[in-house]
Formats: sequence, C-alpha cells, structure tokens
Amino acid sequence: MSTSFLRMESICKNFGGVKALQNVDFEVHAGEIHCLAGENGCGKSTLIKIISGAHQASSGSIFIEGEEERRLTPIGSIKKGIQVIYQDFAIFPNLSVAENIAMNSALMQGKKRMDWKAARAMALEAMAKIGAHMDPDMLVERLSVSNRQMVAICRAILNDAKLLILDEPTTALTSYEVSMLYEILRNLKAKGMAIVIVNHKLEEIYEIADRLTILRNGENVATGPLGEFSRSRFIHCMTGREIIDSLYEPEISAEPILEVQALGREGSFSDVSFTLNKGDVLGITGLLGSGRGEIGDALFGIYPADTGTIALHGKPITIKSIKDATRHHIGYVPEDRLTQGLFLTRSIMDNTVAASIEKYFVKGRLDEEKMDAVTWEWIKRIGCVASDSKAPIRTLSGGNAQKMVIAKWMNINPSVLILNGPTVGVDIGSKFDIHTILHEFAKAGVGVIIISDDLSELYYNCNKLLVMEGGRSSGLMDTKTLTEEGLASLLHGNALEK
Amino acid sequence: MRTQITKSLTTNEAIVVYTIVALSLAIGFINPAFREFSTAITLSRAMLVTLIFAVLEMMVIVSGGIDVSFPAIACFSSYATLRLILAFDIDSVFFFYAVAGVMGIAFGLVNAFLIAKMELPALIATLGVSSVANGATLAFLGTKEYSNIPEGIDQLSKTFLFSYTNSNGITFQMTSLILIPLVLLILAYVVLRHTMLGRGIYAIGGDRFAARIAGFNVTRIQYIIYMTAGFLAAVGGVTYTILMRQGSPQNLMGSEMMVIAAVVVGGTRITGGHGTVFGTLSGVLLIAIVQNNLIMVGVPTHFQSFVVGLIIVLGTGITSIRAKRVANSSKV
Repeated sequence: MSTSFLRMESICKNFGGVKALQNVDFEVHAGEIHCLAGENGCGKSTLIKIISGAHQASSGSIFIEGEEERRLTPIGSIKKGIQVIYQDFAIFPNLSVAENIAMNSALMQGKKRMDWKAARAMALEAMAKIGAHMDPDMLVERLSVSNRQMVAICRAILNDAKLLILDEPTTALTSYEVSMLYEILRNLKAKGMAIVIVNHKLEEIYEIADRLTILRNGENVATGPLGEFSRSRFIHCMTGREIIDSLYEPEISAEPILEVQALGREGSFSDVSFTLNKGDVLGITGLLGSGRGEIGDALFGIYPADTGTIALHGKPITIKSIKDATRHHIGYVPEDRLTQGLFLTRSIMDNTVAASIEKYFVKGRLDEEKMDAVTWEWIKRIGCVASDSKAPIRTLSGGNAQKMVIAKWMNINPSVLILNGPTVGVDIGSKFDIHTILHEFAKAGVGVIIISDDLSELYYNCNKLLVMEGGRSSGLMDTKTLTEEGLASLLHGNALEK
Repeated sequence: MRTQITKSLTTNEAIVVYTIVALSLAIGFINPAFREFSTAITLSRAMLVTLIFAVLEMMVIVSGGIDVSFPAIACFSSYATLRLILAFDIDSVFFFYAVAGVMGIAFGLVNAFLIAKMELPALIATLGVSSVANGATLAFLGTKEYSNIPEGIDQLSKTFLFSYTNSNGITFQMTSLILIPLVLLILAYVVLRHTMLGRGIYAIGGDRFAARIAGFNVTRIQYIIYMTAGFLAAVGGVTYTILMRQGSPQNLMGSEMMVIAAVVVGGTRITGGHGTVFGTLSGVLLIAIVQNNLIMVGVPTHFQSFVVGLIIVLGTGITSIRAKRVANSSKV
C-alpha cells in the first residue's frame, strides 16, 4: 500500500520577488486518493505545474518512484506516468470521442499516420476500464461537461498513467455526476493508481480523500490521513483563523421591512408569504426546480409575480420590472456571478458603481474621483483583497469577486438585498467574510434574503427559513426550532407533510 | 447503423448536395441543354481554378485562420514568372510552376511569420500581405497584359483528356489541366483525414491551447499551412494564366470572397475546426452552377450576384444555426 510514488522535499518556487512556494513537502502513495486543499492563491496550481513539468522548482528535490528527478519537463513528466487533467480538460470539441482519447498517445509515439481503427479500439478499451459508455464517433461538442471529463480521464489513463492529478474536477458537475466521478476514481485507486484531487470543498474532500495536504500562502501547513482532520482543524488549517459556526440570533424587532402576501406566478410558485423584520436574515431553500430561485426573480422583477401583494416599510408596492425593483432599492446578487453578476473585462471600479452610476453623473460627466474613492471604501469595508481598483474584475478570485458584487448592490443603499447562492464557488475564508458582512447589513436595517441549497450556510446564517417544494412553501420557520439534520430531511421531501 | 445513415443524410454536406440536385433538376427541366454532357465539361473548366483556391482556403479556415491574400499571391507569382519567361525566353512548364511556386511559398512564409510568430489576426496579416503583393505587382512589374505565351507552355492549354460533340455538332473538350485540382482534392483528403499533420490542423482549429498541451507543434503546423497555401495560390495563378492563355497582373483580384463563400457554403465552419474536402467540392460546384447556368433559364446576369448572395446567406446561415443548435442542445 504505502509505496511512495511521488515525493517532493522542501520545494521552493519564486516568481520574481514573489515566493509562490516555500519549503513545501508533498508525498503521494500509489493506490491512494490524496486531496490537495487550500484557498485561492495558496500555491496549489504552482505545485501542480511543477509536478507536470510546466514550471521548474527554484529549489528542492523531487523523487519519482524513489529516483531523483533533476529536471522535470512536460514530456518527461508524462513519460514517468504523470497525467494532469486541467479544469477546462484541454480537449477538442470539434473532434470525435475516439480521436480525442487516442490523439495524445499517438503523438507521444511520434506517429505520422492517423489510424482510425486503432483510435476507436483504444477509446473503447479506455472507456471499458473506467466504465464509461459513449459513442466513440460522437463529436465532443455534443457531450455534457461530465462526459467531457470522462474523455479527459480516458485519455489520461491510456499512457500507463501512474499518477492522475485532477484540478478542481467537481466545479461544473451536478452532485450525481460527482458521485459517478468518485466511483471511477475509487476504481482507478483500487488498480493501484495514485490520484491527487485539487479541491477546496470540505464535504467533497471528506467523501473521497484518504490523505490530505493543506497549503496556505505557499507553505505546507498540514498533511496526514483524513482521520486526523476534524472539521474545525481542517477549516483552521485552510484559513489560518478560527471560524466558529454559531447560530445567527438577531435582536427581536417588530419593525417590518418587507411583507409578502400570497405571492405567486403561474407555473413556478404560488402562495408564498413571509415577513422580513429589521435584523432578520431570511433563508429560502428547496431542491432545484422547487421555485426557490423564482421567488428571487419575482421580487427583483425579472419574471414578475402575477398574484399577491408586496409591502415595503409598510407601503404597498408593485414590482413589474427590474426598474421597479431598483427604484424601490431592491438589490439582487444573481446565481451565476460570471455571466449575470459581473462585467468581467471591466475594472473593479466600473463594477462597483454599475448599479449606482447615476449618483456619479454630475453635469454630464462622470466623477471618476468619487467613483474611485467609493470603490476603495468598499474594498476595505468588505474585506476584498485587491491592489488596484482599475484592474479588470476577472483578475479577482471567486470570493473577492463575489464580495464586489455584493458591494455593487450595497452602494445603492438597498432596503432589501436578495442573494441567490451567495457563496457558490467561494473559498471558506471569503464565505465566512461574506456571512459576517451580511449580518452587519441586516443589523443596520437592510432586509437580507439568502436563497441557497447549502444547508449549513442557511442553518447558521438565517434566523428565518422558507422551504420550497414543488412551487409551494412550507411556511415560515424559526431556525432555532430546527437542527441541521432536521433541515436536511425537510429539504429532501416531506416538507409539507410535517 | 440506422442512426449513422440518418446522420450522414443530414450533414451540412448532404444539404448542399440536395440543393445542387434540386437546382440542376430545375434548370434541366426548363432548359434541356443543361442536361447534356457538355455541361459537365464547361462546369469543370469554370470550377478548375476556384477549386485549387478553395482547397487551400478550406485548409486555412479549418485551422482557425483565414487567407485573403491568395489572389494577390497568385497574380504576383504567375505574372512575375511569366515576365521572366518572356524576358529570357524560357519555354518550360516546369519552370513556370516551380519558380512561381517558390514565390508563393515566400509570401506564405511572410503570412506564417505574421500569424504564428507575431500572433497577428490572420485576417489582418493576409490583408496586409495581399495589399503588398498586389501593389508590388503593379508598381514593379507593370500593368501590361501578355497574350504571347511561349509555344511549349501554351501547348498545355491545348492538351485535352477527351472531347465530346453534342447534338448541334459543337465540340467540347475537357482540358487536361483539370487533373491539377483533382489530384489536389485527393491529396488534401488523404492529408487532412489520414495523417497526424492533418488532424493537427483540425486540432488547432478546435482549440489551440489544447493542441499545444497534446503535443502538437502549433507554430510549425501553422507555417506548413500558410506556406502550402502560398504555394497553392501560385499554382492556381499559373494554371489560370495557362488556361486563359493570357498573363494579367490583376484579373484574379477580388475572387477571394467568392472562394471563401464557396468553402463556407460547403459546410466549413468559419470559426474553424470543421470542414471536409467533399463539402468544399460541393460548395464550389453549387456556386459554379449558379454563376454559369442561371443564364440558361433566363435569369439576367445582374440578377446572378443577387442569387449567389442569397445562397451564401442561406448556406452560411444554415451552418451557423446548426452549430448554435449543437451548442445549446441538451448534451449526452
């Protein structure tokens, strides 16, 4: 079991003056699934690039199967049996499954002719090995993300791979697809392959990993069997700070911000009622398609409700369009930050003032100075790690970008802020920051609504909960009367029977 | 098996074939003259040079690029070589093709350098080279047209594979130059389909970075593509000169749009990665029929551009709608 396949000792890597890795030790055994965890920018990808030969370590030594490797090149690394599956899989959408799978090894062998028969046979063999079923003649552009990943895995294991490295393999997968992927990885592990998964999602790591290495700020902070890591130790190692989950209990207030009565929209949800008082954080949950997201869309006027009443600060309002919603100072952090929440190529400043631009429009000109000042104010207040307000927002990590989406809406002085999946794809530290900020806002009198399917997020951060099932609501519940397990069983059915 | 048959019956190439068949039936129904074998001979002659250009353009577009410089390269290299031939009295077909070919490759090298090394967008790079080549032709080589092609070279335009006499007693002859595009088509098919170099061209068109990671030498392949394109452009230019029995510094200019249109109508995606030799042949055939035979059913000449334009819009529209449908369709 514990024959070491790869051992790296005191690896350092500098980019100019920046120390990306400092004295990192990393060891992977054959026949184990090893998770490499750490927050964004901790050096995970640099370490992977050194293993794959794309970067050279500044100092330190690398041993593969006991032999020291002086200079690891990309080709050399592949020849040693190391295969990396990148997040975008690096596959060809315009070519068939068979060709995609067989192409790399044909190139490695320096073939000049394309042998279609051999490619098909190789593809079928590789698919049989991992138990995937795809038409080898189908073009990859017609495949789902999960099957594209299968193609990438098939291609990787063809060349007698001994170490398979997957860079954040679960990001775009549904939970069912994740479990299928894990099944395949367990099979490969049973055949003696070493597998490294780069991930930062706690639940997934606990499901699959045998051993764990955690990096932080380019340093190795902990490594060992999964059993040695309790949840709190894991989080502590990842973030370097104590994050204590405690229930959010606001001061009781009877001052209503938003009152919703019998809200409904044909075909998506009906009869949803709740009251959001000052200080409340309301959670709306339910399975995908239960209508949880549609309530947010209705309140923000994207797909307006057609029945029911909404009152803001005691006055009835109608929301028939997004313009209505913003006029009443309702903000909406959408589910998909990349396509709906951000202007990716524009600067952090442009994104921060995007919803409140008219405030800076003075005498026919934009007041750049004021915009910059307010951007910096938010960067500091919301704890975003950014060095330049003029840098494109896509240069920020997921967590920091999400903080700026929230800042954008806070800058309109919202009465109500609706957040759909506020911490999807956000690292643990930023997640904690975002929750803290939301609590601050709630205390300051902003009505906060969190739409999510992350149970612990809801349980610890909302004091009121609405569980949706099939377009109908369970009615408002007090989080204090629930346990996290109770909430889970509510979510997975029987919500209305209880 | 059945799904494979239905799949091959609904490809872009198949739709072009249906259009060709329908159009031919319609023209043949209205004007019986179209049904004669002589149509095949005149069409072959009309398609001859376009096919050479279409093969090179298809290869370039599949790799994710575009080449609008081939007419200028064709004109420069064939016209310059012809002037050498006339000045030094060199009466050799081989010399004509070889010297023009080397010039074409040189221009292709410039294109490749700009695109692969300087990473200029292919459209801009080839547009620039096109202008340079065309300007050089007019500035340094003159604007005179030559119809005094030396005897030996001119002989090639009078060599025929076979001849055919129709019912009215008019004789049609199939020029032996048709062998050039025929050989090219077969060669292109073999290279693109059955060599790693050919698959590399598709791979680059699909995803450049993935191609690099997979181990393709992307830069080298791009050099090969654009140099081959330059060579084929010269071959097309020389062939055109011999076929027309006239050397002109300008007459191919402006043909790039029709060639690109034919290639794209034939199912090659303008965004790269997809395209076949058979589709390209069909696309060229369809446009040649429209350009040469609509007149037989009484469509006025000036109306033909309109029809060709319509076919281009429809043909490329269908291709891109289908590509979008694939992108949005539920995946398996």
